[in-house]
Amino acid sequence: MTALIQLENITKTFAGVHALTDVDFDLMAGEVHALVGENGAGKSTLMRVLGGEMRPNAGRTLIEGEEIRLAGPTDAIRRGISVIHQEMALAPDLSVAENIFLGALPQGINWARLNERARILIERLGFDISPRAQVADLAVAHQQVVEIAKALSRDVKAIVFDEPTAVLASGDAERLLEIIKGLRAEGVGIVYISHRLDEIYKIADRITVMKDGQRVGTVTPASTPVEDLIRMMVGRPLSQLFGDKPDTTIGEEVLRIDDLTLPNGIRGVNLSIRRGEVVGLGGLVGSGRTEVARAIFGADRIASGTMTLNGRPYAPRSPRHAVKQGVGLVPEDRKSQGVVLDMEIRKNATMASTGPITRAGFFRPSAERGVVERLIQSLRIKLGSMNDPVSSLSGGNQQKVVLAKWFNADPDLIILDEPTRGVDVGAKTEIYSLIHQLASAGKAVIVISSEHAELFGLCDRVLVMGEGRLRGELQPHEFQEEKLLTLSMTGDRQSGTEGRA
Amino acid sequence: MTDNAATINETQAQSRFNFGKAFRQYGTFIIFVLLLIVAQAQSDAFLTERNVMNVLRQMSGIGVMAIGMLFVILTRGIDLSVGSIAALGSVSAAILIQSYPLPVALVMAIGIGAACGLISGALIAFFRLPAFVITLAMMTAARGFALILSNGQPIMPGPSGAPLQAFGTSFSLGFPNPAVLMIGLFALAFLVLNYSRFGRLVKAIGSNEEAVRLSGISVPWYVLSVYVISGALAAVAGVLITSRSGVGSASVGAGNELDVIAAVVIGGASLMGGRGGVINTFIGVMILGVIGNIMNLAGVPGYHQQVYLGVIIVVAVLIQNGSTLFRR
Repeated sequence: MTALIQLENITKTFAGVHALTDVDFDLMAGEVHALVGENGAGKSTLMRVLGGEMRPNAGRTLIEGEEIRLAGPTDAIRRGISVIHQEMALAPDLSVAENIFLGALPQGINWARLNERARILIERLGFDISPRAQVADLAVAHQQVVEIAKALSRDVKAIVFDEPTAVLASGDAERLLEIIKGLRAEGVGIVYISHRLDEIYKIADRITVMKDGQRVGTVTPASTPVEDLIRMMVGRPLSQLFGDKPDTTIGEEVLRIDDLTLPNGIRGVNLSIRRGEVVGLGGLVGSGRTEVARAIFGADRIASGTMTLNGRPYAPRSPRHAVKQGVGLVPEDRKSQGVVLDMEIRKNATMASTGPITRAGFFRPSAERGVVERLIQSLRIKLGSMNDPVSSLSGGNQQKVVLAKWFNADPDLIILDEPTRGVDVGAKTEIYSLIHQLASAGKAVIVISSEHAELFGLCDRVLVMGEGRLRGELQPHEFQEEKLLTLSMTGDRQSGTEGRA
Repeated sequence: MTDNAATINETQAQSRFNFGKAFRQYGTFIIFVLLLIVAQAQSDAFLTERNVMNVLRQMSGIGVMAIGMLFVILTRGIDLSVGSIAALGSVSAAILIQSYPLPVALVMAIGIGAACGLISGALIAFFRLPAFVITLAMMTAARGFALILSNGQPIMPGPSGAPLQAFGTSFSLGFPNPAVLMIGLFALAFLVLNYSRFGRLVKAIGSNEEAVRLSGISVPWYVLSVYVISGALAAVAGVLITSRSGVGSASVGAGNELDVIAAVVIGGASLMGGRGGVINTFIGVMILGVIGNIMNLAGVPGYHQQVYLGVIIVVAVLIQNGSTLFRR
């Protein structure tokens, strides 16, 4: 049986640096082939070669046994290869149907037929989205469905998914996996890139591991335990990923929330968090986790309820007000909310706390350099110069700059929303250890994450939200994915007691 | 063979990119130096002290407005009202001088400009209205106010305005006073933009407003401030122009907003915010001045000058953005 796609001995260099060295990769029709590895391992470069976006320096590309040279992305699409990037390539102001058929619109458009064809494609994926809806109004998960429908509209043979679930909540991610299984059953070849190993074990037929631009090996999930896979990726076993929790003394209460209700449907949230604690906030996206975090940070107004911070009444009117009173937030979306990409690392790192390094509103350059040097050392940020823009750093190091900003501002309570999204395994470990450091320094830490393993590995306890309510709390002995999901979705505990967090 | 071709393409792309990057960084300087060479070749009269001083004096109003515009553009905004506010500053200074002591009158005139900026800025920063529309409205309204106050007539400040005109037409340190003031304000702006908390945050806001807000910084106050600064500086420019001519007029600064924006853009600032510098803006102003001056010296008729100016602005910006041109 010939492979649908075969990449042989692909080598790609950038200015003499090898991004890919002699990589082989093949994809069968009707299989899900997962591609894993740390950021910078070469997964995306390989897929850009496959998608016709980059031409390799050496190596052959075969589609259904025939050697071809892809002229560009359009050529790849014409030959039935679609790449669905993490940053979606949809036109937000156009309708769903227009997006699906963009690039293949006839001169005279019969809207009724076009919408009907779009509806059929979407239904085939098991969704009900109006073809007339504007893409900007859709939830991220539905936008992704539109992307997939767009690929399907063009008689696709192979689809590459580049970290599709990074932007999705668990429930939506499950549905996406179902769609992918459906596509596989129809004979489409799927390349699936993800940092979430649990998903890969659920759907992959084969897994190829890459490291440093080379293929480490191709394995089947059945014969390879997750520990072995991680060792292939990083050369380090799983148990070391989260590090050891240092002994921290739990101190007095930092934040207390009583009966918090928000205008956007969050009702009756109570919680308490103490110095030295790392508390997880889990639940599906849309369950209200981020909304609660935003309310604590003063980004949204509260409707009713009371908060106290360090024993004093706390009613933040704005993020500025919250920061002044000792709250910090590492936001969900690093690039659009966490850092100023074009600005120097140095300036990003000191942005939240300029008082000590300024005099009468003007910076004292040597004082600032000193502060930033200490931050770079203690957070082990890998950089060329502190005067390089943040955009020059890898995702993990960019995230460390956001953390540096708050290490410097020294808040009592720090909220981390998806702190390791899009960060490779190596940098994840370092970020986990920084979070432990914050706790041992006596900070109260709230971690929001869609990765359940992360919550369980990192937190002292996990608060579970669902449908805008705090559904309950999981203690370490209850740290199981099923328990968390059941609690979030139904409010029931399969076992154990009903409790107030 | 194909592999070799690909490698060569890669290397070329690499060297081209650096070429473009250098242009983006130093493009303004390069254009300016080229322009000076052309100017000198064109006319011996160019590099005479008298002529250079003339250019500096002529551009002082535009230059002062360009400082405010730079701050506005850095936040990703635009201020179309500067020319009209300059007129309002000119007219109100000429009127106020007649009944108040000179310093008081000038402070009041500049205060009126700042107040115009405050109104635009508040609407833009706190009501989140588009800067283009709001400052367009202010452009019309401020010009109207200037016309109402002056009744459409030039206003002679009378004897109490004499010291102002004396300032505007004499020299300090060998330079015309208006030019000295402009250069002083550029120096101050340089310090503020590069070494102050305010300057840094203005730049950061233009680059990524949300990240700044979530760092605990009150973005609207900074946005408001840049429009107040721009309004005040526009009024200063109006007063400067009045000091040169000795007359307050509602037609001062007509169309200047476009020259000012052109100068800032020639100086390499991005209308998308976050990118731009004070020294480059100064050179942008000078480029604009020198182009006009060369054409005057070469005897190019006024109407033709406008066409050439348009072409030259496009060329300058093309060279500025060399990197994006050469990419891909």
